[in-house]
Amino acid sequence: MNVLFYLIPISLLLGGIALAAFFWSLKSGQYDDLNGAAERILYDEDEPPRG
Amino acid sequence: MQQNEELRLASRPVGEDERAVELSVPDIHCGGCIRAIEKTLGDLPGITHVRVNLTARRVTVRWKEEGDGPPPFLASLEALGYPAHLHQASAESDKDPSLGPLIRALAVAGFGAGNIMFLSVAVWSGAEGTTRDIFHWISAAIALPVLIYSGRIFYVSAWRALRHGQTNMDVPITLGVLLAFGMSLYDTLQHAQHAYFDAATMLLFFLLVGRTLDHVMRARARSAVQGLARLAARGAQVEQTDGQLTYRAVEEIHPGDVLQIQAGQRIPLDGQVLTGSSDLDVSLVTGESAPCAVQPGSALQAGTLNLTGPLRVKVTAGADDSFLAKMVALMEAAEAGRSRYRRLADRASRLYAPVVHLAAALGFLGWMMAAGDLHQAVTIAVAVLIITCPCALGLAVPMVQVMAARRLFEQRVMMKDGAALERLAEIDRVVFDKTGTLTRGELELLEPDKLTPDNLDLAAAMGAMSAHPCSQALAARGTPQDERQRRSFDQVREIPGHGVEAIIGNDRFRLGRADWALEAGTDSLDGLAPDAKAGAVLSCNNRLLEAFSFSDSLRPGARQAVEALKRQGMAVEILSGDRPETASRIAAELGIEEWRSAAKPSDKVDRLAELAGQGQRVLMVGDGLNDAPALATAEVSMAPGSGADVGRNAADLVFLGDSLLAVPAATDLARRAQRLVRQNFALAIGYNALALPFAMLGYVTPLFAAVAMSSSSLLVVANALRLGAADRRLDPVPLEGDALKHHPAGQLEAAE
Repeated sequence: MNVLFYLIPISLLLGGIALAAFFWSLKSGQYDDLNGAAERILYDEDEPPRG
Repeated sequence: MQQNEELRLASRPVGEDERAVELSVPDIHCGGCIRAIEKTLGDLPGITHVRVNLTARRVTVRWKEEGDGPPPFLASLEALGYPAHLHQASAESDKDPSLGPLIRALAVAGFGAGNIMFLSVAVWSGAEGTTRDIFHWISAAIALPVLIYSGRIFYVSAWRALRHGQTNMDVPITLGVLLAFGMSLYDTLQHAQHAYFDAATMLLFFLLVGRTLDHVMRARARSAVQGLARLAARGAQVEQTDGQLTYRAVEEIHPGDVLQIQAGQRIPLDGQVLTGSSDLDVSLVTGESAPCAVQPGSALQAGTLNLTGPLRVKVTAGADDSFLAKMVALMEAAEAGRSRYRRLADRASRLYAPVVHLAAALGFLGWMMAAGDLHQAVTIAVAVLIITCPCALGLAVPMVQVMAARRLFEQRVMMKDGAALERLAEIDRVVFDKTGTLTRGELELLEPDKLTPDNLDLAAAMGAMSAHPCSQALAARGTPQDERQRRSFDQVREIPGHGVEAIIGNDRFRLGRADWALEAGTDSLDGLAPDAKAGAVLSCNNRLLEAFSFSDSLRPGARQAVEALKRQGMAVEILSGDRPETASRIAAELGIEEWRSAAKPSDKVDRLAELAGQGQRVLMVGDGLNDAPALATAEVSMAPGSGADVGRNAADLVFLGDSLLAVPAATDLARRAQRLVRQNFALAIGYNALALPFAMLGYVTPLFAAVAMSSSSLLVVANALRLGAADRRLDPVPLEGDALKHHPAGQLEAAE
C-alpha cells in the first residue's frame, strides 16, 4: 500500500505539469488560429508567429 | 499616396522603425490561401513579417519604415485575388478578455475532476478504512482550490442575481457545489463511506464546457463581422489656407474645410460641391441604383461614391453631425424599442431554478420530518441539487449553436450570437431591400437584342473608357472587334456628369445623358421613352443613334432564394428606397407580390413596426446605410458582406458569398437547430425528472451521480452533433461557383 504515497503525488505532479503546459500554450497564442494551424502542418517553409 | 496615409493612420509602431497593420481579408478560406499570401507578401521588399490567421480571416503585416511609405501589399493582395480591407484600429481590443479566464477555469476544473475521479473509482471499487479516508482527504485537497478557482464564475453571477432578489441557473449550481463540498468535508471527518468531491468538480467541469462553447461561438462570429471594416473614407485631402493639400483623418475635419475628392473615392462627410462635376453612386445611401449627376452647389451625403470627375467640396457637417450620424441615432432608437428577446436557455433557467430549489427544500423537510436526522436530510438535499443541476441543460443550447455556427460559417454566413439563431428559426416573413441585396447594384443593359449591333459595338467601345456604371454595363456587352474600333477613335474624353465624347474623322459621337448628347440637335427629348431618359443615349453630331435603358442586375441565386423561402412557408416582400419602376420590375421578375418603393429609412422602420404589430416575425435583409435602422428594428436581420459598415454592424447575420441562397440556407439551418435544441431540452428535462425521485429517496450515491451526470451530458452532445451529420447528407445549398472562385494553391504552383 505504501506505493500509493509515492504514486499519488507523482500523478498529481504530472497532471499539474500538463496543466501548466496548457496554460503556457494558451498564453503564447497557440490557440489563436486553430484552422490555420491545421493547414500549416502541411507546409515546410512555415515560420512561427511573432508577438 | 492617400492610401499610404490611411495605412499609416491605421498601423501601429512595433519595435524600432517597424510598423504593423492588421488587414481583414474575407476571401481567405484554405491552406492554399495562407501559403499564397504569406509567400507573395513575404517576398515584397521591406516587409519583415506576414502572418495569416485563417480562423479570423485576417493578415498581420509588419514592415520596415523607410522613406517612401509602406510596401504595396494592398495592391499585391488585390492582384492575388484577395481584396483586403483595413482592420479597424478601434477594434484592436476585440481579443476577448473574458475567454481566457473561462478556458483556464475549464482546464483547472477538468484537471481536478479527472484526478478526483481516479481516487473516487478506487473508493467505489472497495477501498476501506484508512485508505478510503486518505483518498477522501486528498480529494478534498484537490477540490478546494479547484472549486475556488473555477467556481468563481458561477459564484459571482449567482451573488449578483441574489443581491437583486432574483435567481438564475447559477444559484442552484453555487449552492449545490458549496453544500456538497462542506457536506463531504464533514463526512470525511466522520470517516463516512461517501464523499461528493468528484460530483462537485465534475459539475463545474461540464458547466464550464457549455459556457466556454457559448462564448467561443459568439466571440468568433462577432470578430469576423467586425473584421469586415472596409477601406471606407477614413480621411481626405484637405485644402489649407495656403493652398497646400494635407491628408487628415475624418475626426479632424471640421465644417467649412474644403476637401478635394478624386474620382473613385468615397465622400467622407456631408458637404456641398464648390467646383467640378461628376456622377455619384448613391446606392449605399439612398438605395437608388442609377448614378446621379452633381454640379457646383449640389449637396453631398457622406458615404456616396464619386465616380467620374474630381470635386472640390466644402464640408457642411462634422463627423458627429452628418447623415451617417443621423442614421446611427435612428438605429439606436430602433434598438431601444426592439422587444428584447429572451434566450431559450434563460427562459428555461427562470423556470428551472425555483423548481430545483423547491425539490431540494422538500427533500430536506420531508426527511427531517420522517427520520429527524439532520445529516441524512442535508445529504438528500445535496443529492437533489447535484443530480438535477443543469449539466445537460447547460450544454443543450450552446452545443447545438456551436454546431450551427460552424455549418453557417462553412456556407460563409457569420452569426453574431446564438439568440439570433433562435429568433431566425421563428421567422415567417422575409423583407428584402432591393439595391445591393436582391440586385447587385451594378447595371445591366436591357433588351440588347433590339439594338443595332453596330451602335452597340460603338457604345461598348466608348463605354470602356469610363467608370460610370452605365458605361461599364455597355462595355460588358461589347464584342472583340471593339478593340479595333477603339483604336480608330481620333480623340476621346469624358465629361464628368455628362458622358463620353469621341471624335472619329469629322463625326462627333456622344454617349451619355440625353439632354447633353442631343444638345441643340434636331431630335427632341420628348420622343424618348422614360426609361431611356434615365439611361443613356448614343448620338452622332447631336443626332440620336440609339437609346439604352438599364436595370439593376439580379444577385446570383436571387430567384432560387425567393422560391426556397416560399417553399419554407414564408411570405416575401420588397422594401426599396429606389424608384417605383425599378422596384416593380424586380418584384415581377422574382415573383414577389408585395413591394414598396421610394421608402425612406424611417418608412422602412415604420413598415417593420407595422408588421411586428400584426404579430409577424420578420427577417430583414438589406445592405446599405439607409437600411441600417430597419435592420436594427427587425426581429432578425441579415446583410451581405459587401454592404455598408453600419448596415453590417446592425445586422445579426452577415453573408460573405455573393449568392442570396445563403438566406434560405440560414433559415433552414436555424429551424433544424431549433428542433435539436428542443430535443435536447426534452432529453435534459426527462433525465432530471427520472433522476429526481431517486435523489429524493436517497438512492443517489456518488457513483450513481457521476454516471447519471456524464451520460446525460454525452447524450445531449451526441444529439447536437446530428446537426452536422444531417447537413452532410442533404447538402441543401450548393454555393454557386463561389467556393471555386479562387484557386490560390493552383495559382502558386503555376507560379513556382
